This record gives sequence, C-alpha cells and structure tokens, in this order.
Amino acid sequence: MKILVPVKRVIDYNVKVRVRTDGSGVDLANVKMSMNPFDEIAVEEAVRLKEKGVASEIVVVSIGVQQAKDTLRSALAMGADRAILIDATSDVNQDIEPLAVARLLSRIVEAERPDLVIAGKQAIDNDMNATGQMLAGLLGWGQATFASKIEIADGRAVVTREVDGGLQTIGVRLPAVVTVDLRLNEPRYVSLPSIMKAKKKPLEERTAAALDVDVTPRLKIVRTVEPPQRVAGVRVASVDELIEKLKNQAGVL
Amino acid sequence: MTVLLLAETHQGRLATDAVARTLSALAPLGDVHVLVAAGEGAEAAREAASLKGVSKVLLAESESLRHGLAEPAAALIASLASGYRHIAAPATAFARNILPRVAALLNVMVLSDVIAVHGAESFDRPVYAGNAVQTVQSTDPVVVFTVRTSAFAAVGRQEGAPVERVAAVADPGLSSWIEDMAVVSERPELASARVVVSGGRGVGSKESFDAIIQLADKMGAAVGASRAAVDLGYAPNDWQVGQTGKVVAPDLYVAVGISGAIQHLAGMKDSKVIVAINKDEDAPIFKVADYALVGDLFSIVPELTGKL
Repeated sequence: MKILVPVKRVIDYNVKVRVRTDGSGVDLANVKMSMNPFDEIAVEEAVRLKEKGVASEIVVVSIGVQQAKDTLRSALAMGADRAILIDATSDVNQDIEPLAVARLLSRIVEAERPDLVIAGKQAIDNDMNATGQMLAGLLGWGQATFASKIEIADGRAVVTREVDGGLQTIGVRLPAVVTVDLRLNEPRYVSLPSIMKAKKKPLEERTAAALDVDVTPRLKIVRTVEPPQRVAGVRVASVDELIEKLKNQAGVL
Repeated sequence: MTVLLLAETHQGRLATDAVARTLSALAPLGDVHVLVAAGEGAEAAREAASLKGVSKVLLAESESLRHGLAEPAAALIASLASGYRHIAAPATAFARNILPRVAALLNVMVLSDVIAVHGAESFDRPVYAGNAVQTVQSTDPVVVFTVRTSAFAAVGRQEGAPVERVAAVADPGLSSWIEDMAVVSERPELASARVVVSGGRGVGSKESFDAIIQLADKMGAAVGASRAAVDLGYAPNDWQVGQTGKVVAPDLYVAVGISGAIQHLAGMKDSKVIVAINKDEDAPIFKVADYALVGDLFSIVPELTGKL
C-alpha cells in the first residue's frame, strides 16, 4: 500500500506571532519555521503503518516556497521514502489556499496513485481545516476527518474520529483521505543518522504552472490586525474575596 | 440573495443554539433557507422553522444522512447550491467535515470560523490561533463559510416558516457509520454554557478532576479542559477548549491548574469574565484573567465549591 502525506511549512508552534502594524500581515522575517504539528502526526502515522508492514511506500508532498524543502527533509528523516516539492510561489508571505493545494495534490494523486492520503486536520497558520476534505471532494474519494485511531483492513480504513459529542467510528473504502487529530500518536524525535540518511533520499521538484493549476487566491486579504488585547485584572487573596468580587463587582454569580 | 444554512441535528433533534447563533451572523445577508439533512428530521425542521430569520426549511430525510457522513451530505448540498449566494453552517465538527467538501465540489474556497459579516463578500476570521484577525473579501460566485457561534448571540423565535421536502441524492457508499461513543450529560453544552469551569495539567489526575466537575455542577457550568489534561487522560476529548478544540465565550470562565498556552487562550479569551486559579504566580493565564487567585487548587477548589 502506498501512502501520500502532504506537509506544510508554518511558523513554529512556540513562536509568538507578531502582527505588522500596517495591517499587511504577520511578520515572518527571521521567525523559526517548522512542519505543521498536525502534519507531523500524519507522517508519524504513515511511518508506523510502514513499520507494521501495512504500507510499502510513503511519499511526502509540500507546496509553496523553495524553503519547504527543509520541511520535506524533516519528513524524510522521520521515515518517508520520497519527497515532492511543488514550487507555487517565491513569496514566503503568500499562503497557498486550501482549494489550490487540494487541486495540486489531486494532480499528484493522479500520477502517484496512492491508496491512502493522510493529512493534518488543519494548519496552525491559516487555521482553515479544509484541505483534506477538499481533496477528497475533488477526487470523489471517501473521507474520515479528525482521526484519533486508524486501522487498515480488507480494503478499508476504520477510523475513530474526534467529534463534538465524543467519538465516532466510521469505515471508509480505500482509496480515501484521512485527516488526523492531536491524539492519534506522538511523533518521534529524529536521530542524527536518520537526518543524514534523509539527505540521500529522492526529492523531486515540480511547479504549479507545469501542473496547470492556477494558485491565484480566491480570498483577498484586505487587512490583518491584532485582536483586542485583554489586560490582567486583580489578584484576590482568598476564596471569600473571589466570591465577593464575582458577586458584587463582576455580577456573574 | 438567499443563504442556505446547513443545520446540525443529533438523533433527529436540532442543535438549536448553534443554528440560532449562526442565524444572527447571517442576518445582514438576506433570506435564509435552513437545510435539515437527517435520518428523521421532521421535528428538527419544525424547530428550525420557528427561529427568527428563517424563511423556509428544506428537509431531506434518508438513511445515508443519519450519521452526518460527509459524502452524501456534501453531494446533497452541492445539488441544491444553484440559486444560493451563500452556503453557511455553524463551525462545529459536523459542518467542518462537510462544508470544505461542498466548496471543492463547487470549485470555490471555504472560509472557516467567521466572526464578523461586513457584507455579502466581506468577512472577518481569526488566524494563527486567534493571534491575528483577517478581513477577507471573497471573489467566488458562491461564498461557503462556517460561523464561530461564540461570536454571535442567538436569534429569537417567530411563527413557523414553511417546511419543504427535498430528495436526498443517491448515497455514493464511500464510507459507512460503525458507532458513536457519545457521552450523554445533563450538564450544559460547552459551546453555549453561561459558565465554564476548566481544568488543566495542574489538576494532576483523572481522579482529582472530580473536584473540577463538582465545582462545575455546583455552578451549573459546563466542564472544559486544556489540551494537556485531555492528552493525559484526565478529561475526554470533547471537553478540550482551544485552537483545535472548542472555542467558548461564556459570561464566566474559571481556569483551574491551566498555565495558559496561546493555543488554550485561543479558545477562551473572549469570555466576559475570566478567573484563574494556579499555584504558579507567573503562569501566562494570569495575563488574561480578571481575577487571579494564586494558591493550591486542591484546597481552593473544594472551599469554593463549599461556599458557593
């Protein structure tokens, strides 16, 4: 079984985001960039399926700027076999929208014919939570989103999903798209030897233009601002004082 | 201009609060038709018809729509899409699963978690875990979006609007439901509760999380949790508040043993009043709290429960 995993280069999870004062966006200059944490979980799951003998090959794909090669090398170091970079922009500030990403991925899927696409449920920069569902829609494939458990058997994936009321388990016929949630697994730390080995793994480059996909944004970002900031309130010394304040000052009790 | 609003149902009952809040977001956009897609949805359709701003309810009943599977629901919505300028839904797990697929079928983008509607094409939505807010203008012929319900008040009631049956589309049979492991609770729903009491890593164990639950029950509150508390197994996944969990904005949010990672703050910083109880006086949660109580939660929480 062949698995395809899309990975995105995003601002690191621990970095405090700074919004530019002129409203033009978020400051990405000299900021640490990493693989989207949900995509790391997706790569980890694919590698575990390979280690269990369920998967035979893992192809990782990233879409965006040349620097996304670093993200692909990280995925290769975790255990993916090959990587494809789709060069879609030279501007690090241009986010390629989920629809364009899904269209590009659908071209790669047509060429690579994977049995399963495992993707992160959302990217922590645009917080869209859309690409996996869109890809499944474009391909006419089944989808299982927000997975906290994946089992592959008899030509289908049995997926436990994190939903609003608790958990839901569904079966989805392969080929399919599965998007992963936080509690599916804990991604491994990569060792130095695997980082060295990853440098020798194949990394192929394509362009959005050659794949004949228009990546012009459908959403025009008019401005980006900081949300209203809360200010720290008061320290209370005791439970009694807290109750008194909540009753008489805040009026919420 | 007419809006198609996908309603959420659970076992034939309407998720009224989520739909009513979404309706107030949609008010500037024109007439609203609500789509109830369910196994049996007549009761939910009647309920939806009685919400202010609804001019018609479309009811599609089919076995394939019973469990909220994305493929038959998205195919149905795409088949109804012509004639609508907007297709919207509350930003719940149910709709987040379906609407991006609908958008792809219509070859348009989706906007997730809209927090303000400025006009037919202009919307605000949070990005970077709520650390920035973008105003975006859609250039698509149909605007597909989900609404962050905590940003809007619920609409009131009206005389029932007409309910019209529509045919479900053939089930593509790509996926099948196996089971729901839903927790039935008498407590208020996290997304709409007036008071939320949340516990974090500092609570220490699943057993000691009971103190959080007792406080919540005493206050008539919903129970929430930080990601750390869920990852450590202290609380179930659907209690998670934050960037990737639920976003809440209650009148009162009580954070107990929660340090306040930006991902957690993303889910609760729009609460009206925030109380933080933590033994670490440098915890980031205190930067957003209106009332800070530094101390041992294991003595403070039972004392608070007892004195309320």
